[in-house]
Amino acid sequence: MAEAHKPRLAVWKFASCDGCQLSLLDCEDELLAVADAIDIAYFMEATRGHISGRYDLSLVEGSITTAHAAERIREVRRISDVVITIGACATAGGIQALRNFADVKEYASIVYARPDYISTLATSTAIADHIRVEFELRGCPINKRQLVEVVSAYLAKRKPVTPAHSVCVECKLRGTVCVMVAHGTPCLGPVTHAGCGALCPAYDRGCYGCFGPMETPNAPALSDWLSRLGMDDRSISRVYSTFNTDAEPFREEKERHGR
Amino acid sequence: MVGKTKTIKVDYLARVEGEGAFKVVVRDGVVESAELAIFEPPRFFEAFMRGRDFSEAPDITARICGICPVAYQMSSVHAMEDALGVTVDGPLRDLRRLIYCGEWIESHTLHVYMLHAPDFLGYAGAIDMARDHAEVVRKGLALKKAGNDIVNLVGGREIHPINVKVGGFYRTPTRRELEPLAETLKTARDLALETVKLVAGFDFPDRERDYVNVSLSHPGEYPFNEGRIVSNGGLDIAVADYDKHFREIHVERSTALQAEMLGVGSYLVGPISRYNLNFDRLSPLAQEAAREAGLGPVCNNPFRSIIVRSVEILYACDEALRIIADYRQPDRPAVEIRPRAGIGYAATEAPRGLLYHRYRLEEDGSIAEAQIVPPTSQNQPSIEEDLRSYVGGWLDLDDEALQHRCEQTVRNYDPCISCSTHFLKLERIDETSR
Repeated sequence: MAEAHKPRLAVWKFASCDGCQLSLLDCEDELLAVADAIDIAYFMEATRGHISGRYDLSLVEGSITTAHAAERIREVRRISDVVITIGACATAGGIQALRNFADVKEYASIVYARPDYISTLATSTAIADHIRVEFELRGCPINKRQLVEVVSAYLAKRKPVTPAHSVCVECKLRGTVCVMVAHGTPCLGPVTHAGCGALCPAYDRGCYGCFGPMETPNAPALSDWLSRLGMDDRSISRVYSTFNTDAEPFREEKERHGR
Repeated sequence: MVGKTKTIKVDYLARVEGEGAFKVVVRDGVVESAELAIFEPPRFFEAFMRGRDFSEAPDITARICGICPVAYQMSSVHAMEDALGVTVDGPLRDLRRLIYCGEWIESHTLHVYMLHAPDFLGYAGAIDMARDHAEVVRKGLALKKAGNDIVNLVGGREIHPINVKVGGFYRTPTRRELEPLAETLKTARDLALETVKLVAGFDFPDRERDYVNVSLSHPGEYPFNEGRIVSNGGLDIAVADYDKHFREIHVERSTALQAEMLGVGSYLVGPISRYNLNFDRLSPLAQEAAREAGLGPVCNNPFRSIIVRSVEILYACDEALRIIADYRQPDRPAVEIRPRAGIGYAATEAPRGLLYHRYRLEEDGSIAEAQIVPPTSQNQPSIEEDLRSYVGGWLDLDDEALQHRCEQTVRNYDPCISCSTHFLKLERIDETSR
């Protein structure tokens, strides 16, 4: 008897640390069940065998930093029914987007003895700057439970449940005492997209924004609080300028406090 | 007479972390060249770290590699503490060993079961392998998870942990929090022992070379975060002298900055080197398992690195259990730090080998200069030499088998190409873009 069509999954990598695609292999309890339900048709980190053709679902990790990558992502779009970006590199350009505010030639000469060998774009950009994407999963790295939710949702043709509210809501849900109110610890929770489960405050640390901006954040109001807690402009600029530095609300706020 | 040329080319190497390719050219039965090409795009970490605060280094450098973020965090915090004149000891030092044990277990198990074992058992990947060896893969996943459980608890999450800081941690676990971990690790230790036995039964190509082994060495322990840099050729230096004995060269033929030992050339870092130089500091259980697996105190066959990795998983389970049993929660989660100008050096043992960091700090604690030498850029010349030395003996294999054997030769190193600070693109060998 012919097997029913299993959806085909592909995992693509651009400029990144590999951590988000590793999240899939980190689903130790779910991995074999996932592999039963879908055909992992292209996943270079995990297998040398691959099936070419069309993919029902493409997960894209990493940002676009070379001319070749900019071409390759269009090809990924062409052969995929659904494209989901995973992680801060793919959704906001990642930490390597710090080059967008600097001279990439100077960067190359700092790191490499022969910068003339380097072929790279001046910017690191999100996948959605190049092609249409169906969904962007946040996080540096992504949360693996959210990954399972998003993959399941798209296979079931429903909307994934990934709230766009702030990390503050997650602290309340978790019952974590506010580190900013109780201890005066600077925290980006009020402007940061939920998804991590409010991890840092649970470890007595302020959120550092690795999931990027929430929907409609009020960053200037938070920055006032940060300066009242003793942070100077340079420090405030730095906290917005990390793994989601080129996500618009963070970029604007960073620039308001000097580069 | 026209010579017969054979080119073995793999345009996108599977089951490694990151993007790489290789090309071996054989003419008249002689290997003419062997090149590992790495087309992972550069991300310029050492450049954009200039001007950042010293305290940001562990979070930022973690993002160099999603597979071994703890290694980057450990090398960066120790280098910063060296620059700032601070020593972290007691339970905080032990917790750092503990989180490193977690990363070794996770990363090594990923390689042993999901990336490397399929080569020996004849599968494209672990998921295919699971169709015939479900129980083996399931045990591998359980072992990997035990490593992740440690990183998760001590670090807050498996990938890019949030709890590591210069001076210690943000919050230390209580003894009670660590207790369930001990139960998991006892099972994991049994699984690790089974793993050593399993992989020892694989069929290994009979290939050896005289490698220059380089690793940390500490008088009282198998090395993670501390020690001198030693080699089997008599090198014995403080970490701060690394740059006097090693340098990175920019080779046009290849696509990467490669490291070489001055006056020596290529050298090997990673599990085999650690094992060869520190065998007597493995736990008795790990030593015994190694002996039973047929490993002597020195291993020079890179294909057997899968056994050495498994022995290190076993050691890491054992060591993690010892740390948990002895653990007393410290009064404070971190020692106090005051910024000052200075230079700091550190090398720690990433799963793939020595990871060297050097930072120069300004008076206000901002980073003036950063230098990072990942293990895979140190191993790259050695990988190419393996291909050059070994391929000649395999020319009777058919093309498919020969290509696979070459891939396996590269995968022996568990190369982590995403540790991309020093990899760049010179030439893309790519047939698909025709």
